[in-house]
Amino acid sequence: MRYLPLSPTEREDMLTRMGLAEIDDLFADAADKLLKAPLDLPRHKSELEVERALGALAAKNLAAGAVPFFLGAGAYKHHVPASVDHLIQRSEFLTSYTPYQPEISQGTLQVLFEFQTQVARLTGMDVANASMYDGSTAAAEAVLMAHRVTRRRNALLSGGLHPHYAETARTLSEMANDDIRILPPDPLAQEDLIAQLDDSLSCVVVQSPDVYGHLRDLRPLADACRAKGVLLVAVVTEILSLGLIESPGAQGADIVVAEGQSIGNGLNFGGPYLGLFATREKYVRQMPGRLCGQTLDSQGRRGFVLTLSTREQHIRREKATSNICTNSGLCALAFSIHLSLLGEKGLRELALVNHANAVALAEAIETIPGVKLLNQSFFNEFCVELPGPAAEFVERAAARNLLAGVPASRLSPRAGLDNLLLVASSELNTDADRATLVAALREEAAR
Amino acid sequence: MTERPRFSETKLPRTFSGHRGLAHETGLIFEHGREDFSGVDIDPPQDFKPRLGGLERQSPLGLPGLSEPECLRHYVRLSKQNYAIDTGLYPLGSCTMKHNPRLNEKMARLPGFADIHPLQPLSTVRGALELMADLSHWLVTLTGTEAVALTPKAGAHGEMCGMMAIKAAIAARGEAATRKIVLAPESAHGTNPATAASLGFTVRSIPAGENGLVHPETVAAALGPDVAAIMLTNPNTCGLFERDIVEIARLVHEAGAYFYCDGANFNAIVGKVRPGDLGVDAMHINLHKTFSTPHGGGGPGAGPVVLSSRLAPFAPIPFLRRDGDKLTLVEDKEDTQSFGRMAAFHGQMGMFVRALSYILSHGGDGLAMASENAVLSANYLRVCLKDVMSSPFAERLCMHEVLFDDAWMKDSGVTVLDFAKAMIDEGIHPMTVYFPLVVHGAMLIEPTESESAAFLDMFVATLRDLAFSVKNGEVERFTGAPYYAPRTRLDETTAARKPVLTYKAPVGGREPKEA
Repeated sequence: MRYLPLSPTEREDMLTRMGLAEIDDLFADAADKLLKAPLDLPRHKSELEVERALGALAAKNLAAGAVPFFLGAGAYKHHVPASVDHLIQRSEFLTSYTPYQPEISQGTLQVLFEFQTQVARLTGMDVANASMYDGSTAAAEAVLMAHRVTRRRNALLSGGLHPHYAETARTLSEMANDDIRILPPDPLAQEDLIAQLDDSLSCVVVQSPDVYGHLRDLRPLADACRAKGVLLVAVVTEILSLGLIESPGAQGADIVVAEGQSIGNGLNFGGPYLGLFATREKYVRQMPGRLCGQTLDSQGRRGFVLTLSTREQHIRREKATSNICTNSGLCALAFSIHLSLLGEKGLRELALVNHANAVALAEAIETIPGVKLLNQSFFNEFCVELPGPAAEFVERAAARNLLAGVPASRLSPRAGLDNLLLVASSELNTDADRATLVAALREEAAR
Repeated sequence: MTERPRFSETKLPRTFSGHRGLAHETGLIFEHGREDFSGVDIDPPQDFKPRLGGLERQSPLGLPGLSEPECLRHYVRLSKQNYAIDTGLYPLGSCTMKHNPRLNEKMARLPGFADIHPLQPLSTVRGALELMADLSHWLVTLTGTEAVALTPKAGAHGEMCGMMAIKAAIAARGEAATRKIVLAPESAHGTNPATAASLGFTVRSIPAGENGLVHPETVAAALGPDVAAIMLTNPNTCGLFERDIVEIARLVHEAGAYFYCDGANFNAIVGKVRPGDLGVDAMHINLHKTFSTPHGGGGPGAGPVVLSSRLAPFAPIPFLRRDGDKLTLVEDKEDTQSFGRMAAFHGQMGMFVRALSYILSHGGDGLAMASENAVLSANYLRVCLKDVMSSPFAERLCMHEVLFDDAWMKDSGVTVLDFAKAMIDEGIHPMTVYFPLVVHGAMLIEPTESESAAFLDMFVATLRDLAFSVKNGEVERFTGAPYYAPRTRLDETTAARKPVLTYKAPVGGREPKEA
């Protein structure tokens, strides 16, 4: 076995040194439950055999990069510079553990400090943590944090919030016997959140750009929230949008959670992704997740450590702010590298290209009779109404090697949104890609 | 043995740059990057009419840009300040730092896995669903259970999943109002009580016996009609197999409660013992431990949860369903008993590919041998070190990790932390220290199956030398350690008292020096 260094002779010698006759003697405490015969499972495979087996499975999937591709809805495909994937595969990043021994983990720790700063600046907040599992779980954790801060246990979720995020928060709230109200799907961004505020609420959770692509002005809502002692939790699922759109922090949000996948990380069929979590300085001790802080070593040199761990489960056990004991370390590294290559200039430009491409696509779609664009505003994704079920259109398009978008019904089944299609466009889409999609929509409308 | 110079005599000359030969320093990207420079070439779009609804960004970003050469140098220099499995032995007990095969990385990067969107039509991701089904088959077979929930994103998330399934099952029995207690031994990982508490359970701690094991009588005494579940780690955090686990499971079930097993240490028994045969109702599997997906400096992980037939119906959405030859993904909770969704999309696919690549490489035979070698190596260390270090369970067989305490260091002036830092100077990552809490000054060593006999012997020789040094009163070797690391000991107290969590100065600026 290529991964197991002990030779049969060495195994024998080690057993002998311990005075044991055979390997199963090591499992004496489990003797009566030890499997008598090997399980009915295949034997080990060579590298080549594994490559063939898994390659065959991979070949059954239609890769996004192989066709015109317009999917978003919380997961975005962008071009990632080659150096990102090279750097995250450095042994010292890839195969290191959580930086519990800071003297020999400064690489990871400095990256986390830089990452936290990037996220704080991008979201317009004071502090950010070292990342969470993904955007949806970060949003659920934000609700719990709002409960801790306000000592209320009642959350209101916008109908523009990604349905998976809303469901994730609902599951956790139901389990913890907290109250949660999720407003009905709001594809036209017509809901009036301010009218529904009252001082029993711990927080309001709003996404912008929302799941249907609408940009939402958070400023009036932030003012109304402040007046009622309610925290405003802003959710961003396409973090690139903040290169072009005013940050949630500048709009008055108290907690910003986001999916960071779209910078530095691939689609990966939904995971692993990167939860971003940022808030105001005054709430830092109520934050979930790991935090990296700056300090000095005994020789006075700047260094970094994990800090404020008295919030965390390994110290506080059942009184911890969260049970989380992971961050999305390597995804955070990829994010941070990609963002440090982009810089402010590149991020703004990339965001602008995305918006321009989406505008071009929207303008072309608006010329198709029978297909309706629902958005007044959007960043790189919008919602269109088709004359028939969007899921069927998407299937027909896929059969012709076009990945046309996400049917809203995939996210919200039985909500009466069958004819709605979410379409995202990025820097990757060419004029030819757009023409293919527009032609397919035109054909669909004429069916 | 050669005479070692005293540590106070080994001061090295300082350098102008702060670098020390190959050990380079690198400033923060905010110090050497520039806001008006980008390492990505982008053609700004032609004139177009924005549709941002008046929400254009007004506030500055303050994000530095680096050219590609600067970027590579920055991160390569940083990487060299990290210890890694590829550098040397990483014997963190309970964390399982085993070799990460690079084939797994290659497989996870196949476009057919890495470049598919979670919401593509299912007809375009048949291979992905098959891969998830294949992995499920392996996990269910290896654990002797009924079903597996793939979505949890890490071990602690898996715990949450298992405990939510238990809560849902109890609610379905109409006992939600009465069964509010979760039993957890004192030796449990901190995540266990944290998980139970976050779901509204009250944690009742149960003491471990002097032999490091949980006794059935203690469990029986703590059980009652108010108990929902027990959370037990097996092999436990002392590195011991819970000998009475079948009896404990029987008692738990008899009392109408469920048995949650923390599967953090499943890597000791893969292919040797099936948790399902022990009476386990739910157990998470840390793919990043047992099946070697890389730890990546703290994540991402993956924590699929295997479930008994009693809990399987309550598994979270989405889950796979097989209709004849065809696999589908059930994403709608309606018409199921599922407790709901616990994250967007379908789980850590990138980790599934890596784990399956590891599993196929080993096969049933190799997985069993990996467990055997892990247990063999840990016991070898126990036998080779027990005469110089103390262990409450020195004479007892351990599983994949061996636990020592600090009794042997008493009154030496050296603490467990000092000892750990001196290991750094010897080029070895310290073991897990001060965990589990049930032992004073715990040092938990997990060599894993990835170490050769030569590395194990070198580890033993080094630890013995350090131990002799403690006994000889060479206190400086420890209290000042590490001497040979990128940083000496860091001031964690000030870091926590006056937290500095972000860089405050503008790009290219310098932070004001502390007074």
